[in-house]
Amino acid sequence: MTGLGKNVRNIDKAVRDAVADTNAGTEADAGPRCVGEGLDARLVVDRGRFRLDVSLTAAPGDVVALLGPNGAGKTTALRALAGLVPLTGGHLRLDGAELDRTPPESRPVGVVFQDYLLFPHLTALDNVAFGPRCHGTGKAEARARAAEWLRRMDLAEHADAKPRRLSGGQAQRVALARALATHPRLLLLDEPLAALDARTRLDVRAQLRRHLADFEAVAVLVTHDPLDAMVLADRLVVIEDGHVVQEGTPAYIARHPRTDYIAHLVGLNLYKGEAEGHTVRLDSGPEITTTEDLTGSVFVTFPPAAVTLYRDRPTGASARNLWPCEVAGLETHGDQIRVALTGEFPLTADLTTVAAAELGLHTGASIWAAVKATQTHAYPA
Amino acid sequence: MTPLDKPAAAADTLTGGPRRPRRRTALAGRRSPVPVPLLLPALVGLAFLLVPLIALLVRTPWHSLPDQLTSPEVWQALRLSLLCATAATAVSLVIGVPLAWLLARVEFPGRGLVRALVTLPLVLPPVVGGVALLMALGRNGVVGQWLDAWFGITLPFTTAGVVVAEAFVAMPFLVISVEGTLRAADPRYEEAATTLGASRFTAFRRVTLPLIAPGVAAGAVLAWARALGEFGATITFAGNFPGRTQTMPLSVYLALQSDPEAAIALSLVLLTVSIAVLAGLRDRWMTAS
Repeated sequence: MTGLGKNVRNIDKAVRDAVADTNAGTEADAGPRCVGEGLDARLVVDRGRFRLDVSLTAAPGDVVALLGPNGAGKTTALRALAGLVPLTGGHLRLDGAELDRTPPESRPVGVVFQDYLLFPHLTALDNVAFGPRCHGTGKAEARARAAEWLRRMDLAEHADAKPRRLSGGQAQRVALARALATHPRLLLLDEPLAALDARTRLDVRAQLRRHLADFEAVAVLVTHDPLDAMVLADRLVVIEDGHVVQEGTPAYIARHPRTDYIAHLVGLNLYKGEAEGHTVRLDSGPEITTTEDLTGSVFVTFPPAAVTLYRDRPTGASARNLWPCEVAGLETHGDQIRVALTGEFPLTADLTTVAAAELGLHTGASIWAAVKATQTHAYPA
Repeated sequence: MTPLDKPAAAADTLTGGPRRPRRRTALAGRRSPVPVPLLLPALVGLAFLLVPLIALLVRTPWHSLPDQLTSPEVWQALRLSLLCATAATAVSLVIGVPLAWLLARVEFPGRGLVRALVTLPLVLPPVVGGVALLMALGRNGVVGQWLDAWFGITLPFTTAGVVVAEAFVAMPFLVISVEGTLRAADPRYEEAATTLGASRFTAFRRVTLPLIAPGVAAGAVLAWARALGEFGATITFAGNFPGRTQTMPLSVYLALQSDPEAAIALSLVLLTVSIAVLAGLRDRWMTAS
């Protein structure tokens, strides 16, 4: 998808500029937010060639997911929030208190690490009691509190187990209990479900969602899995190459992707072009007819399932969005076949195995692709 | 692995590469015999190392051994040796573990040089170490003169001097061992501890130290064994006074001239200790090969 990739880079830049503008706006009138509750941060971390510059705001009770491809800087952002990586610029305020220069042990922040990092020499109970002990609570009191946390996580019977005896899901809950036992005002979760197998993942995701819903302060989680992000978070912040490319509710982002990465995650074909009424002229030349009536720079999306393929040019009347294509690749996608097509612009199409067989699809085959205008969705860029 | 890769992997096993097969397979038996130019020196080398130890056992006066080992002189030397080696190990632990932590966890300019200097006593002739200690801590030494003038402390030719000499020679073993373990340990556990409110010292004490305990124990045993056998630095810095600074190795050396049987008996005790140390550390070293 080289054509789209090129477009997307331009889009990225546009979005980045737009986001930067928005940030400048919020910083200018950030007065009430400084003293307010919740998280207000601009995290700038310079690491040689890589630069992270991400702004995050969240109110108590919010669950924010940082979503992005590997190497986008999600984990660096999380470590900067925890104080494990020093900021080279920006600011970090939590409930009105400046935390930029506060060492990690003095921040009211709890972290659930990707592989949990439960202390292997301590029992589950002592792992959870570790935080309260460090905050000056007496041994008996700390253990009592830890026992209460484990009970809340349905782990009472595993209190005396060492971490290596716990299953992945149990270890995850102990790690969560350990992070919550210090009553953090900011809870950070790094790929909280990545270390689990698919079956456990489903249960743990549901439990985690419940615990996060009960959590009264700000929670920030990092994930590269869009499903985790959409199930667990109220708001998504999509990071690519150290910058925020889009943020919003999961539903909004799924419907209005602005970059190739997000479009791919939510399974949509995404194009950018100039709209004139119902016609969108793509930067690469071809036109797409939409139902929306827009003017100016827009994005157009349509799902792969909306694409119909024909071996010969169809003679029907409704084929306004009809393009000659060439099959670039085929792969199974669930119980469907996903076809990658090239031509005037790259697109993907989903069709049933039977349909694929009837069309005699193979790499290099010439084909016609059609999309109904009603199945496209256009929105201003 | 695709079916195509399998024959290649099998060929690797046959030729012994690219990875050495961990376990001897039936195929290994078909290899040509070990070449004589290698086998002969190897056997000589093995004999060279083992024959002296066997000779020691052969010539041990087994009938008089109980008397030898219970004689007051032997007891005195043995007790002093155990005491001083243990004290030297304790000193090494108190100052060596933090030094190892510093070398493993804190970036500072010249760290490589410092690490090299720490390991210097490993290769330094112990006698030179003894002389150096005299220059530093002797009554007129660079530091020793102040110890004497301000606190009235003199270390040379005292039992404390034995501990100092043994610690000087033995501590690098502990530092190297602990530093290696620290480098292998995941520093993110310390990070996890700090996010829970632990200071760096608390994180070290409650998380890192328990995690590296096996490495510390191995290093301590190694240092203890080295301290127990220490001769050159001890005799140079602390002298050879029975009951005060005359440890087992010193008394073995002296006894050899007057009472060889006693020397053999004492040597047997040290050999037993060495074998015990080796047995105790076998999981750490023997399985590595």
